[in-house]
Amino acid sequence: MSEEFLEATPLVKRGLAEMLKGGVIMDVVTPEQAKIAEDAGAVAVMALERVPADIRAQGGVARMSDPDLIDQIINTVSIPVMAKARIGHFVEAQVLQSLEVDYIDESEVLSPADYVNHIDKWQFEVPFVCGATNLGEALRRITEGAAMIRSKGEAGTGDVSEATKHIRTILSEIRALSAKSEEELYVAAKELQAPYQLVREVAKTGKLPVVLFVAGGVATPADAAMMMQLGADGVFVGSGIFKSGNPAARAAAIVKATTFYDDPAVIANVSRGLGEAMVGINVNDLPAPHRLAERGW
Amino acid sequence: MRIGVLALQGDFREHQRAIESLGEKAVRVRTEAELAEVDALVIPGGESTAISNLAKSFGLLEPLRNFAKTKPVLGTCAGLIMLSDEVEGAIAGQEFIGGLPIKTSRNAYGGQTHSFEADVDFGGQKERVAFIRAPKILDSSRAEVIARLDGAAVAVKSGNLFGASFHPEITGAKILHKLFIQAVRENQTK
Repeated sequence: MSEEFLEATPLVKRGLAEMLKGGVIMDVVTPEQAKIAEDAGAVAVMALERVPADIRAQGGVARMSDPDLIDQIINTVSIPVMAKARIGHFVEAQVLQSLEVDYIDESEVLSPADYVNHIDKWQFEVPFVCGATNLGEALRRITEGAAMIRSKGEAGTGDVSEATKHIRTILSEIRALSAKSEEELYVAAKELQAPYQLVREVAKTGKLPVVLFVAGGVATPADAAMMMQLGADGVFVGSGIFKSGNPAARAAAIVKATTFYDDPAVIANVSRGLGEAMVGINVNDLPAPHRLAERGW
Repeated sequence: MRIGVLALQGDFREHQRAIESLGEKAVRVRTEAELAEVDALVIPGGESTAISNLAKSFGLLEPLRNFAKTKPVLGTCAGLIMLSDEVEGAIAGQEFIGGLPIKTSRNAYGGQTHSFEADVDFGGQKERVAFIRAPKILDSSRAEVIARLDGAAVAVKSGNLFGASFHPEITGAKILHKLFIQAVRENQTK
């Protein structure tokens, strides 16, 4: 390509996330599931070997998926394909980039590979999405090169309460930052453990410089619509679809509820006759070491 | 003048902002009733499979086709695909609005690692835009080409319909929106 074509610029990396807004990204473990997701109106799929609910149930170390599976899913659908690398595992990320996935999720759902450092995401052409539970965490990930942020929630539970807590925390911390005077932003940056320039930009614009999705525990059309009403740009649904009674119908219903998130009549209508939702686990019943949201630093 | 932005999925807010920065009113359109209230429509970037699916589910395809017969419509990226008469790489059952007599190929520039920024040429005037998993215009012989990149057509016009492979709305580019607003004005005085 000629030099006039500028690839992998921050704008190009963040730009794909802009195009996913108002949409639903679905976890899939087979090409068949990927096709169901695409047909239901997903804007992207996350290619995985096990959905978070199964990672939780089966235990053990969770790693990047088999490249064969990722290839098969890329070859099956026309929408963007994302895949997960372990926190700090830059070689898994290199492998995923060489497979030409469209986005890498540096994810707490997999077992961390580095308990100190996250991946230096500026070194990659492929954009990254990272999880966050609060504004400081989101800004640290953006500083490391993340082109999209998602709330962590508590993956694989079907319990939306943690996702609610995280999106509310991030947005309320942004509002608090915007209310601060210029001189107070230096201390705010120290407290958020994030660079002053980025903190100042967020205070000024009143928003993150990247797209903010919600993930972790979304299982119903009403869950998705609630996240949108709280201010999310879009929704990730993990175990919620393919661990339910009728995945195709539930996937399509969540897509519709995400678009008409402020129209209760539409949400009611799409919620009818979906069959069983995933059984789920209450986050409060999870012993602390099994809480994935606490991974990441 | 009220310009609608189809807000089923995608970066509709950026298009609203682009239109408002040029001094015109922009409103979101998700239903047939909202469509009836606007003088023109922008179909934003997003995933064309999702936009098509939602338009079909909520009975918007026929109203959109009728709208495009008489009113100005601009489609960027996914919006260009929605307006194309012929689409390569569509998924089974994917339906379009059509109206632009062109052939388009979905994601033909490649996956995300091949997305890029570039200066496109609007008849001598250059402007920086973004191509994100962009569609390619394979045949523009029956439309008027309004922007080129390396000689290839990347934005076209036919009657009251405008389409572009790229996103002017995320780089702050203005030429395409200006041309469109001018066409909306002309359409109103007809």
